[in-house]
Amino acid sequence: MIASYVVQRLAQAVPVLLLVSLGVFLIVQLIPGDPVLVMLGADVGANVNREQYEELRHQLGFDQPLPIRYLSWVSRVVQGDLGVSLKSRRPVTELLAERYPATIWLAVTALITALFIAIPAGIIAALRQNTMVDYAAMGFSLWGIAIPNFWLALILIIIFSINLGWLPSIGYANPTADPGRFLRHAIMPAIVLGTEMAAHLTRYLRAEMIEQLSQDYVRAARARGLSPVRVILRHAARNSLLAVVTIVGLQTARLLGGATIVEMIFSWPGAASLLLEGIYARDYPVVQGGVLILAVTYVAVNLCVDVAYKWIDPRVRLG
Amino acid sequence: MSVDSRSEPLGVPEPIRPSTSSGRAGFVPRQAQHERAFAQLATSFRILARNRLALVGGVIILLGSGMAIFAPLLATYDPYAIDIANRLKGPAADHWLGTDFLGRDTYSRIIWGARTAFQVAIGAVTIGALIGIPLGAAAGFFSSWLDAVIMRLMDAIMAFPGRLLAIALVAALGGGFGPLLIAIAISSIPQYGRLVRGVVLAQREREYVEAARMVGEPPWRILFSEILPNCSAPLVIALSLDFAHAILIESTLSFLGLGFPPPTASWGLMLKEVTPFLELQPLAAIFPGAAIAITILGFNMFGDGLRDILDPRHYQE
Repeated sequence: MIASYVVQRLAQAVPVLLLVSLGVFLIVQLIPGDPVLVMLGADVGANVNREQYEELRHQLGFDQPLPIRYLSWVSRVVQGDLGVSLKSRRPVTELLAERYPATIWLAVTALITALFIAIPAGIIAALRQNTMVDYAAMGFSLWGIAIPNFWLALILIIIFSINLGWLPSIGYANPTADPGRFLRHAIMPAIVLGTEMAAHLTRYLRAEMIEQLSQDYVRAARARGLSPVRVILRHAARNSLLAVVTIVGLQTARLLGGATIVEMIFSWPGAASLLLEGIYARDYPVVQGGVLILAVTYVAVNLCVDVAYKWIDPRVRLG
Repeated sequence: MSVDSRSEPLGVPEPIRPSTSSGRAGFVPRQAQHERAFAQLATSFRILARNRLALVGGVIILLGSGMAIFAPLLATYDPYAIDIANRLKGPAADHWLGTDFLGRDTYSRIIWGARTAFQVAIGAVTIGALIGIPLGAAAGFFSSWLDAVIMRLMDAIMAFPGRLLAIALVAALGGGFGPLLIAIAISSIPQYGRLVRGVVLAQREREYVEAARMVGEPPWRILFSEILPNCSAPLVIALSLDFAHAILIESTLSFLGLGFPPPTASWGLMLKEVTPFLELQPLAAIFPGAAIAITILGFNMFGDGLRDILDPRHYQE
């Protein structure tokens, strides 16, 4: 049953990914400026002679009609070739492979932060419905969603880097080589991303908890004389968490798709900041490859989350 | 998620479903119709006012709109007037919220920034809804291959995580008002499409649609005047939430330097411009961000409040 569901979802994903690749290709074609000139350094004042220009243009295939170029790009992408950066002259796959780990590490740290805030906040808010604690949790949730993460990032930098001088405002360290330094760099970006995520999660978890607590099985467990803590944690909270798995998955997928602004503000060397650098430098292959890979990752993670959810909870109707 | 419970406008007990029938039959005098409509409106407002989320959100939205509309009257300085001698000042009697790195008055720029933000949001939300609603309606109503094509298109738009699509689009189209409108509108199309498609699918086989079909109403008429009015309530919620979203994307793109070019008074751009001077004047980064956050909060609260009123079971989603 799971297998047929996976097949069905994959079949659905293929046309979507083709459309995404077509979209990315067309968007990049719209970028003003001539990539051949960029490659020859004309945008930084280099002299370009006609012959050299025509040769490179032919070599890169830019003299071909648009549909041909799209097809040849897709066929190369499928073989794992995303082209070569115009600026650094290095393969885009290599650049992405270099930058992606930082994005993953940030996503994981942010996810842990979010769960640390959201699970207790959501559960306690549900247990103390309509008290000050509940209002505080809901207020946190409303503000957490409303505050743009670049503003929260600036506020944290003002407080912790400029005024208190506790944390570095930019930079990154390899978490396996120097975990301590990594944490000092990761705290602020993780709080920024984690707050937004926790704001959504707290809401869903609270609503789900309230729903579960009114169910018959909770009443039955209480009637059997189980301790309240046990009823809450082992029964109600467990089922509520199961229900918010999809939300967690969706949010994680989004983080893996790149936290563009946060990576930029904190000079975090991830895939999303690679993409932004590509945009600012008019480095077309990097933009094209980067957007495509981030979108594909997002679709793939979403698919995995859905499948995992079906697998965890057999009650969910397949279809 | 139940669609039925959402089929009534703003919690008014009387459904608007047989929308055209009363007018066509002519049983109800025009005067009485007006009075009834007015009574419905009054009831809606009373229900809205009783919900605290919707009330506070509504007040914030009104204040924001007021700032946008009356910007020339409310601003105390020309938002573009440069005064280097008074740069990066803190709040004071002559500059209520201080000045930015060029000595421009922060308060006046925030007021004008409201106009910028609301213009983009109104434009983008309108375009997104005008494209998304017919697409969703067509997908739900005509079904089969058209449905599949439209829904895969929507899926493709949603396959871009977060603001990635909007970022790529403004990068390609260049910044400024038009490109921002297009970029934000395109990313919000699927939301409307999926919502309307869901309602249409749920209503398509109901008796009143069957009845209209038997009377011989053409399909497009059934779709637009019988089925689509059922979407109005969830659409109002979606519009409010999308408004918040549009304001967030505009400020994000402007903050990245891809949205409005300087010297536009845009909240996101204001934040970007003062970022290098955080150490000199941190307050300059506080006020524009607060304007964004409070505006978004207002639209979100209004949307949430409406949802509570219209569908108390929404959290089962």
